[in-house]
Amino acid sequence: MLALSPGPDGSGALAGRRVVITGLGVVASCGVGTEAFWQGLLEEPPVGRERPVVGFDASHLFGPKEVRRADRFLQMAVTAADEAVRGAGGIEALRGDPERAGSYIGTGVGGFQTLCEQDRILLEKGPSRVSPFLVPGMMCNRASAEISMRFGLRGPCECTVTACAAGTQSIANAARLIATGRCEVMVAGGSEAPICELGVAGFTNMTALTRSGISKPFDVARDGFVLGEGAGAVVLEERSRALARGAHIYAEVAGAASTADAHHVTAPAPDGGGATRCMELALADAQISASEVTHINAHGTSTPLNDAAEAEAIHKAFGSPGPAVTSIKGVIGHTLAAAGAIEVVAVALSIQHHLIPPTAGTTNVDPSCEIDVVTGGPRDWVPGPVVSNSFGFGGHNGSIVIVPPE
Amino acid sequence: MGPEESFEQFKECAVEVLQVDPAKVVPEARFAEDLDADSLDLVELVMALEERFGIDVPESELEGVETVEQAFKVVSSKL
Repeated sequence: MLALSPGPDGSGALAGRRVVITGLGVVASCGVGTEAFWQGLLEEPPVGRERPVVGFDASHLFGPKEVRRADRFLQMAVTAADEAVRGAGGIEALRGDPERAGSYIGTGVGGFQTLCEQDRILLEKGPSRVSPFLVPGMMCNRASAEISMRFGLRGPCECTVTACAAGTQSIANAARLIATGRCEVMVAGGSEAPICELGVAGFTNMTALTRSGISKPFDVARDGFVLGEGAGAVVLEERSRALARGAHIYAEVAGAASTADAHHVTAPAPDGGGATRCMELALADAQISASEVTHINAHGTSTPLNDAAEAEAIHKAFGSPGPAVTSIKGVIGHTLAAAGAIEVVAVALSIQHHLIPPTAGTTNVDPSCEIDVVTGGPRDWVPGPVVSNSFGFGGHNGSIVIVPPE
Repeated sequence: MGPEESFEQFKECAVEVLQVDPAKVVPEARFAEDLDADSLDLVELVMALEERFGIDVPESELEGVETVEQAFKVVSSKL
């Protein structure tokens, strides 16, 4: 219940106001828009170390002057937010008191491609040719700011920057703003556009990227992640308000938690301890027991270390065989800070379709990963409580508990 | 380069940077009201003009410039 004051085991917690999801938006390599995205999750992905959103075009949302300056991460965030807001009935029906409506879009590196491009201009032509739009274009908070301006949201407008945990944590932080009573509605999510020469070089040289070009989370032959890009956005609303205006409710955000490994900047704690604590705290926050959880949308990046630590953490928290686990990174690769937000959208769609998409690319689950990985094809599912995980370089752990609407 | 040719080149830069209809780039057009250009748009336009004409326009000379004609005059004086 997004507790305001949790007891040590979730009992005796002071419950916050209930928060529901009433809009979904997504930009992903397997589809732009929730319908195309869902279909894409059920199909075979292409092979390759990079998984761009081919043919992505947001000029209809920006106009010819602005679109040239808008970083790709911004264009993707706005596209996802626009879909989410339209789906929730449009901003006029949604906004209410603008002082109690806000935006919360996380990112890892913000306008990284804008920064790279302007740095090239600096080196080639000198400082006097660097764009006056560099600073507003590269700053990580730009997407949140843009969405507040477009939709006239004058409440909290913030940006969580916690690497690959940022999408999940942004939605969690936004939900908490509604649970505590500060806000009635939030547009929240994550966006990332890291596919450029410098981004690829950085991830390649830290040996994080796959050599085979196949993302295969929890597979015995997993060899690193496919670098993706995209954005996910949701509209969050206080539940009674959403019911009163007759909004379609996709799901409820029941709980969330954030912890740190305090171990190493890029390697997860080997026993998954921080991740276990994070999932357990999120469940306590939601006042849901581990045995009630029927599905986990895993971080599952396809790197040897992440998947081993996460599988151990899931096994510790949920036992054997535990809930059905999937990682959509088999399809869209790792979209870094967008991942958690896109995965919340995927969970909402799983609830809608009563179906868990398979972990594409994975054919032979690592026997040391003692979890129930969905492979080969989608699995029919009676919707129940779901945990979605995200873990970021820096040791950031984020878990969010999503439940079907009542 | 004659003044007419210079203006044509000026216009091309303005159209490219501001993404406006070329017919709107006339001497009496005001940047803010008629061409939807704010102060940072102007900075970008001046950069493009400096490149195109191989000139250097100090920021101080742009103070008070509000119309296409005024801006073109500043550029012309450098040619």
